Amino acid sequence: MATMSFAARDSRTMLRRNLKKALRYPSLTLTVVIMPLMMLLLFNYAFGTALGTGISQLPTGSGEYIDYLAPGIILMAATSGALTTAISVCVDKTEGIVNRFRTMPISQASFLTGHVVGSVIQTMTSIALVIGVALLMGFRPNATPVEWLAAVGLLALLTFALTWVCAGIGLVAKTVESASNIPMPLTFLPFLGSAIVPTDSMPTGLRWFAEYQPFTPIIETLRGLWLGTEIGSSAVIALAWCVGLALVGYVWARRTFKAGAKG
Amino acid sequence: MTAAGTSTPVTANATASAITATGLRKSYGDKLVLDGIDLDIAEGTVFALLGPNGAGKTTTVEILSTLIAADAGEARVAGHDLTRAADAVRSSIGVTGQFSAVDALLTAEENLLLMADLHHLDRREGKRRAAELLRRFELSEVAGKTTATFSGGMRRKLDLAMTLIGDPRVIFLDEPTTGLDPRSRRTMWDIIRGLVADDGVTIFLTTQYLDEADQLADRIAVLDHGRLIAEGTADELKQRIPGGHIRVRFADTRNLDAAANIFGIAARDEESLTLRIPSDGSLPNLRAVLDTLETTDVRAESLTVHTPDLDDVFLTLTGQPRPAGTADTTDTADTAASSKENI
Repeated sequence: MATMSFAARDSRTMLRRNLKKALRYPSLTLTVVIMPLMMLLLFNYAFGTALGTGISQLPTGSGEYIDYLAPGIILMAATSGALTTAISVCVDKTEGIVNRFRTMPISQASFLTGHVVGSVIQTMTSIALVIGVALLMGFRPNATPVEWLAAVGLLALLTFALTWVCAGIGLVAKTVESASNIPMPLTFLPFLGSAIVPTDSMPTGLRWFAEYQPFTPIIETLRGLWLGTEIGSSAVIALAWCVGLALVGYVWARRTFKAGAKG
Repeated sequence: MTAAGTSTPVTANATASAITATGLRKSYGDKLVLDGIDLDIAEGTVFALLGPNGAGKTTTVEILSTLIAADAGEARVAGHDLTRAADAVRSSIGVTGQFSAVDALLTAEENLLLMADLHHLDRREGKRRAAELLRRFELSEVAGKTTATFSGGMRRKLDLAMTLIGDPRVIFLDEPTTGLDPRSRRTMWDIIRGLVADDGVTIFLTTQYLDEADQLADRIAVLDHGRLIAEGTADELKQRIPGGHIRVRFADTRNLDAAANIFGIAARDEESLTLRIPSDGSLPNLRAVLDTLETTDVRAESLTVHTPDLDDVFLTLTGQPRPAGTADTTDTADTAASSKENI
């Protein structure tokens, strides 16, 4: 049907719009990369020696702290990338251009699709950058090409899920400021997981939280894929979290958009 | 004004309707915004919905442009049912809202090309139309500039150009000149007139300003608290508004009495020692009043000229002044519907 091809065409138009702006104003993309990069430098060079020795028998490959640290920080690039989706969706909403799109004979899904696909491309680029810097700093994964593919695939799936959630946040946020604040906890959640130190070292209450929150199994799966540590049930739980979040985010964002996201 | 007796346009019955609505209602929570709106707007005409802030003007536009659904009532726009054929309605309309809906990070030309792509024009046709609209709205020189640098008037023009890319038959303009300086406002008026004259489109316009409706619209409807309280041509409406008047203030009752005797039809106010003399605000009329005062040796303290404004419309039609806090937001005398001059 013609409507299907129009939906694809409209989504491509929206995607082109978002990528054009991302290329022209790289500052937003840069702030996304800078956060995890700073974390990587800070934790590896400033705290790394103390943390590395503090962690009894590093479970990861070479015994260097960077090997333990990198997977969690790379994941942070995904969370902070998703955050920008909330901002850019909310900017469009408050500027009134969303209302213009809504009164046009276009595929109504294309606005969100364009944002989400654009954001995933942007975030995956910054993830690649963070991986690159980590490698330069001595991160030495022993992964096979298939394991690399699986790790990147998992990151893409996570980014996709978080981006849909953040698109929904961008639609319900009243102002751009709140759109950038609401998803903030997402960027801190990895710290309360196994990103920096193993959960074993945490006090009971926090440890319980750390073990059951979504990012810990994802980080453990990434670690296992890259460095050959034990994955166990983490992979299944990680996938379930990602698919679940993606579904909830997708349905919620689409519904919110349909219901008329008025400022 | 002396042109009060003009008849209604004969074309009104001869042409098809561009917009019809019956019993449109909308409430947000327990706040009733629209309380049964009926409309019948002929093709190729300009219709103005006049009312203060919060009267329901924007809500009406949002319903008719498929942005939100009405709670009750039916409407057809460009021959299509609003709810059953929303996409067909969207293909025939263009909307320029109160706040310019342009992408501030793209250039003027990119904004237009984005619209062309979304209207599924091919690249060459899109480029041609974009260039043509940029020329028509005198934006060619800034075509390559990002719109963040644009003035309010330029943004509004680009906004309208973006609306026109899809060649709409019915155009909704929600307060198209609010916040614009007098010059930009006049440019916008010229553009709107041109759209009707050259392209034969139907325009649904909302405004807070009586003079804007007067300047542009074939028919005007006055909206207050979600209800249409009057509808007609500008002249018909003006007949229902008390004419303007000259207000003369005197130093004491003796002078006031004397003046009241001379200007028989005037209304006097003892407390403020003023006399309201009916006037069309024209210079000869004003001069006649001044001459009379001069020759009869009545001493007046001050004099103000009042032309009918939106306040008078509301006062007359509702028996109440406009709700507090809804006064005109503009500060220039030129853009406000009322003009008062102290002498």
